[in-house]
Amino acid sequence: MADSGVTDEPGTKDDVHRAKTEGKELSKEEKQRLRKEKKQQKKNKEKKDEKASHESEKKKNKEEKPVSAAAPASQPPTQPSTQKAVPAPAPVPVPVSETPALADKPAKTKADLKAERRARQEAERASKQAATSKPKAPPNELQPVVKRLPEHVQVDNPGVLKKLAKKLERQQTPGCNAATNAKIPLRLDYGYKVSLFSHLHQYSRKAPLTQQLSIPSTVIHPAIVRLGLQYSQGIVAGSNARSVALLHAFKQVIRDYTTPPNEELSRDLVNKLKPYISFLSQCRPLSASMGNAIKYIKKEISNIPSQCKEEEAKRKLLSCIDCYIDEKIILAAKAIAKSSIEKISNGDVILVYGCSSLVNHILCEAFEKNIKFRVIVVDSRPRLEGREALRRLVQRGISCTYVLISAVSYILPEVSKVFLGAHALLANGYVMSRVGTSQIALVAKAFNVPVLVCCETYKFCERVQTDSFVSNELDDPDDLIVTRKGKTQLEHWQDVPSLGLLNLVYDVTPPDFVDLVITDLGMIPCTSVPVVLRVKNVDQ
Amino acid sequence: MELQAVLMAAGGGSRMTDLTYNTPKPMLPVGNKPLMWYPLNLLERVGFEEVIVITTKEVQKMMATDPKMKIDVKMKLDVVCIQEDGDMGTADALRHIQQKIKTDVLVVSCDLITDVALHEVVDLFRAHNATLAMLMSNAHEFTETVPGQKGKKKTAEQRDFVGVDQSGKRLLFMANEADLEDGLSIRKSIMRKHPRMHIKTGLVDAHLYCLKKAVVDFLADNKSISSIRGELVPYLVRKQFSKTTNSPKIKDDAENQNQKTNDSSTNHELLISSRDEPLLQLAQERSCWNDHRGDMSEAYHGGKLRCYVHIIDQGLCCRVNTLAAYIEANRLAPKLFEEPAVHPSAVISERCQMGSDSIIGALCQVADKTSIKRSTLGNSTTVKEKVKVTNSIIMHGVTIEEGCNIQGSVICSNAVIGRGADLKYCLVGNGQRIEPEVIVTT
Repeated sequence: MADSGVTDEPGTKDDVHRAKTEGKELSKEEKQRLRKEKKQQKKNKEKKDEKASHESEKKKNKEEKPVSAAAPASQPPTQPSTQKAVPAPAPVPVPVSETPALADKPAKTKADLKAERRARQEAERASKQAATSKPKAPPNELQPVVKRLPEHVQVDNPGVLKKLAKKLERQQTPGCNAATNAKIPLRLDYGYKVSLFSHLHQYSRKAPLTQQLSIPSTVIHPAIVRLGLQYSQGIVAGSNARSVALLHAFKQVIRDYTTPPNEELSRDLVNKLKPYISFLSQCRPLSASMGNAIKYIKKEISNIPSQCKEEEAKRKLLSCIDCYIDEKIILAAKAIAKSSIEKISNGDVILVYGCSSLVNHILCEAFEKNIKFRVIVVDSRPRLEGREALRRLVQRGISCTYVLISAVSYILPEVSKVFLGAHALLANGYVMSRVGTSQIALVAKAFNVPVLVCCETYKFCERVQTDSFVSNELDDPDDLIVTRKGKTQLEHWQDVPSLGLLNLVYDVTPPDFVDLVITDLGMIPCTSVPVVLRVKNVDQ
Repeated sequence: MELQAVLMAAGGGSRMTDLTYNTPKPMLPVGNKPLMWYPLNLLERVGFEEVIVITTKEVQKMMATDPKMKIDVKMKLDVVCIQEDGDMGTADALRHIQQKIKTDVLVVSCDLITDVALHEVVDLFRAHNATLAMLMSNAHEFTETVPGQKGKKKTAEQRDFVGVDQSGKRLLFMANEADLEDGLSIRKSIMRKHPRMHIKTGLVDAHLYCLKKAVVDFLADNKSISSIRGELVPYLVRKQFSKTTNSPKIKDDAENQNQKTNDSSTNHELLISSRDEPLLQLAQERSCWNDHRGDMSEAYHGGKLRCYVHIIDQGLCCRVNTLAAYIEANRLAPKLFEEPAVHPSAVISERCQMGSDSIIGALCQVADKTSIKRSTLGNSTTVKEKVKVTNSIIMHGVTIEEGCNIQGSVICSNAVIGRGADLKYCLVGNGQRIEPEVIVTT
């Protein structure tokens, strides 16, 4: 999972720093001022004869430098996406404020002044960054240096694969016999991968990871093995279901956990969970909601005070997990349903895509409130999840129509609203959801039909993505093979060297196609996702 | 701990009494290894570290002295002895060790020789949270002539009817021909939930079962069930579709009339539940997966009791419970392992013609001008000159004098075959002595 909170960090860090270390900031600014004055004096000695009048103005500039230094700090919150560009606009207000001082100067020298000032400011900022980058690097890992890509999107790099294999080997569960050399097995890729997606893993469902594990699994807790199997076979599918099942399995793990002697629960339990998480991500890449749940649990575990007894600590953790599920999933669903029902009116024709547990919940709740509407369920191969959504809605008594995605432009003139579920909401406002969602949103936009995305806040992710290539999931290519009238055309697809089967799972919808995002915090536009993330970060 | 292994090695071998009246079935040599070594090896290869072995005192004594068992088996064997004549069924034996069972159990029979990937059965058990997962194999006909039987007449084995669903994994129906009086009747509730069922008859039950711990506890309360295969498995398969599975009623009332007498004695409900049941329910509710389609019910039709079967088409899976199976096993079992056909301590003269698929045991002595083809020689056998052994199984300690011709036969331990004897398709018992110049044919 690419957890780099890219652009929010500088702004939040500066704000936080300023809030916490008010005194230090001022002293830093004073130091900066002194440094600048020293430099400026040197330059003044050089240019003393020619630009005597400029010196005084430059001094004024230097004094206003601290103001300008503060100005960029206040700008990032409103301009999060421009990191390096932040210094550039900053000089703009400074020269503007100086125009009264320079009014008596000819225009030609004003332009020169501006250029010189800008160049000097750039140089100073560069030197400042060089001087302070070392202490700042640990808290702020988003310096403009090469970012480390997560290994699950570098599958075509053999060096990265070797590192992954070594990491899995090293991740033995602590306390196990050194002689048994237990390690997490590495799952091998299957079949020919389409070149555009060769940096992603592609596994076969017929080669489960349990083949390489011992049967009474001692390395990995049985609940986690069961969960991994259910993930890889698709028995537990859907963002919410996967998170709930993950937390359920973690509850079993915590119940069966005993602290080894001379170890602290807060540190040892986190280490114990690491190989389990690697195992699960080998079975199926982790979803954004699972990632957030894992972060939460790890934080809770590390926050357990060391003098807490084991029984009490375990009880506390179990209740934390229950609390998380209640708040973030169950209550959030209720809140979202309540907001969404305001948007559904009598006589509506609602289009849904695939099987989203949240959207189904909303529609069932709306039906309970006796709103008269009908639903069109759009489905797509190979998963055909729409059939399950259709079953659930019809069972409640809602009148439904079922089409395949190829008919969506035919059916859209009848539709009044589109409700979509989301797998994750990215920090730049893009919606990551089941493959086909962006197509539906696009066609709906073309027909001027409002598109509403329903998503709980715990699925909000700090990742930024603008296309569906860079980070996605490749499912088993054999799922695309279908037998009709006794004939299976693609049965021997592996023998044809130029043929590749691509079974994508997710795609990314730009915020221009989404009209409203309904979350448990309220109804927000797509572009406000970074604000929610920032608020969440400050809360925590 | 996830699974505990239990090996049932107390069976009497009632269908092969000619071989077992002296040697207990678990210790019969197959490819020069005792029969019970094969399932133990399977468990060891897969990763088990401890096995509970239920057997008789006699077998325990033999196990302690057998070199193969002592050296090769690295797992910890917890041997539980039961009375030999106690007429204990497999389920009774499981009830006997109920105190030792702390988690789900994997029950294996001692006469199973297979190279199946065990994770396939256990994965079904894990992924679907099943109550029972078992292994079956598509049987093939035995082509060899069985000694001691006239012609190729097959014994009238009772057929087993096994019904599976579309995917071939879920077990819907299981009955033996003996239990069905005049016809095969299938309940409507099964047909409503699974309208397409495949009924197979040619399957061999490998007697490998994964059972939930709740089943063992249920057995402890219901003492009327004595055999796993004969009674427990059909009961569980039937119970999947029983209307009262989920309700707290004690007695099953909407049952088939034929089974009423059986069911009335099984008073206690099989309680399948787990901790954090509401969380599991929530996960299943939110998951967009269903195991069937076409009707309005949720995954698994809301049933908590599920039975699964893994049917293998290829690979070796045979149960050595008849003479024919024993001969077949002797031929196929050595191919499972890459061990040298000739034991290093055997003394074989240079002018002996040995086929590539023959096995010679330890400390054998084979003289000149002998021909041994497609046969197994046990430990410490002596074969003198000019002997022709084809297609036969010779057990331990046998002496074969000169000029014998043995074809398609089974010679048990410590027998002596006199000189010039000609045996075709015979079964010579333990310690017997065949007079010289005897011609025995079927």
